[in-house]
Amino acid sequence: MKHIIKQFSIAALATGLATAAWAGNITVKGSDTLLILAQKWAETYMGTHADVKISVTGGGTGTGFAALQNQTTDLCDASRKAKAAEIANCIKAFNARPTEYKVALDGLSVYVNPENPLKELTVAQVGDIFTGKITNWKEVGGPDAPITVYSRENSSGTYEFFKEHVLKGHDFAAGAQTMPGTAAIVQAVVKDKNSIGYGGAAYGGGSKQLAIKKDDSSPAMEPTEDNVETGTYPIWRYLYVYVNPALDKGEIAAYLNWIRSDDGQKYVKDVGYFPLPKNLRN
Amino acid sequence: MGIRRGHQARPVEWLAEKFIFLVSLTAIVMVFLIFLFVAREALPLFFGETNTALVQKPIPTADIDKLTPAQLQKYLELTPEQFAAMDKDTLKSLMDVKQEAQDEIPEEFRHDPDANINTTEWRYLLLPHQWNHYEKPEYIWQPVGQIQKYNIIPLLVGTLKTTLIGLLFAVPLSVGAAIYVSQMARPKMREIIKPTIELLSGIPSVVVGFFALLVMATVLQKIFGYQTRLNAFVAGIALGFAVIPVIFSIAEDALTSVPRAYTQAALALGASRWQTAWQIVLPAALPGVFAASVLGFGRAIGETMIVLMVCSASVMSWSIFDSARSITTTIAAEMAEAVSGGPHYRVLFMLGSLLFAATFVSNMIAGAVIQRFKLKLEGKR
Repeated sequence: MKHIIKQFSIAALATGLATAAWAGNITVKGSDTLLILAQKWAETYMGTHADVKISVTGGGTGTGFAALQNQTTDLCDASRKAKAAEIANCIKAFNARPTEYKVALDGLSVYVNPENPLKELTVAQVGDIFTGKITNWKEVGGPDAPITVYSRENSSGTYEFFKEHVLKGHDFAAGAQTMPGTAAIVQAVVKDKNSIGYGGAAYGGGSKQLAIKKDDSSPAMEPTEDNVETGTYPIWRYLYVYVNPALDKGEIAAYLNWIRSDDGQKYVKDVGYFPLPKNLRN
Repeated sequence: MGIRRGHQARPVEWLAEKFIFLVSLTAIVMVFLIFLFVAREALPLFFGETNTALVQKPIPTADIDKLTPAQLQKYLELTPEQFAAMDKDTLKSLMDVKQEAQDEIPEEFRHDPDANINTTEWRYLLLPHQWNHYEKPEYIWQPVGQIQKYNIIPLLVGTLKTTLIGLLFAVPLSVGAAIYVSQMARPKMREIIKPTIELLSGIPSVVVGFFALLVMATVLQKIFGYQTRLNAFVAGIALGFAVIPVIFSIAEDALTSVPRAYTQAALALGASRWQTAWQIVLPAALPGVFAASVLGFGRAIGETMIVLMVCSASVMSWSIFDSARSITTTIAAEMAEAVSGGPHYRVLFMLGSLLFAATFVSNMIAGAVIQRFKLKLEGKR
């Protein structure tokens, strides 16, 4: 009898240890746009909470959702809203919609070569350039030169956002060169005199970021923090974290709360994104 | 006790032999399993089970009781096990999601003439179509967006374009180098050149792509003065660098294995070294050189990183100074984001099986040619 009790207590101890180890481990996967920010958050949080281990990986928003469905990740970073098909897959996998948290703001800049004399464009003009309706800089008040268009891979959340909100759902020009990342776009734009590209405001180093007008009659806006936060800069988006509601408790809930607190939000600007407006924090 | 025969005599050797046999068997089984897996994921496309029509009539959630379980299961795209495990609330929320997906469609696209077509039908995959907002029927690969366009022709053209440029660049160079090394170079020279060229195959293709992206693209644009900096030409030349060691080492083997007697006879009859190499050795080794080129083709068509880094616009154009997007690039860049089991995912797997078939056939041809060449040189045919 004693023997059985001893065995039982060892088993219980082992299970307890395993649970504790599991509870202190948070995995985060998803958007490459959010990757730097997610890593920054994880490092800072682990610095003050020695018992929590957070591992962050990228791969893209879609990869994150796939992992969320397979329950191989706790949190899914997303640079766009979940698609209906992805929500349906989550319901099929764990019988519940994933919970959505807005975690930061991102302003999308339109980059051109520093030698380009152009200063501002309207959203509609930007859309027409990327769909291929406008093919020469002189049509928008620039020099007489053909426009080289740089875009992102269609696996990127940034690509989808730009297509829906700036191109209004129309196709990118077939000749638009697709680059594997925002940094690659900036690099190509800096090397190519007649080019145009787009991406996070944080990445624009070396290129010229155009001021954008919402329509012909509104003033041109620079992608600065104030303009993005107040929504006067017209091309901006939320960045999200999705979580399986069954897991949204204990350590994970505490971490999510911290991200969205004033304390967590102060790191957002360090990596070039913009903090949530006060009323959206908790 | 008579003499032990067979595996009883040398049990260790017998075991080793069986083990090696098992290993090679595993390789064959793996190849088949990979192909089966890739093809299986693409199957629903062949059976026309995918539907990408944007506007689909959702069934109101309130009508859940009017559907038979079988209808409901089909409507929600569930497997029987999933369906059995779900309670009614879960089913209802799945129906809600279907409704929401329809509600999210912008008004403009709801009335788009293309909103009702299933873009994964064969004619949209292979033939040009007059899409709304386009001036003429076109081949379009734009798989992400409201109306998903999956025409694979630009990808096939892009793949062939970069591969052929790569081969046109690599075959003359590597065959020339092989002739020089095997026929003319002094032994000391050969010992330097041969390993150096073969070292080229050790350079990761990412590095070659990076070099092409940063250095070659700029230099070639300065020389040729074309408009698009990153295009199929740059990608093709960079591919050539990856293919040269493959073609070189096989072609060199083929040229070296031409019997010494051929060369000696030609030289004795007064032919120069050049005449011997060009008119005697090369024709004798031609099947081997051809096989080398075919293997190079297989390597080039399957190469991913170089083309991915240098150019990737899915433009439908045969001009070598336009951009191109190869099949491998498309799979590598898009698979991570494709919704698992969705139409985009299926089309990518279809492209994968296409690529598998292409490399398989080219390797098989090369293998068969090399085999015949060997028999011929040995005088067995």
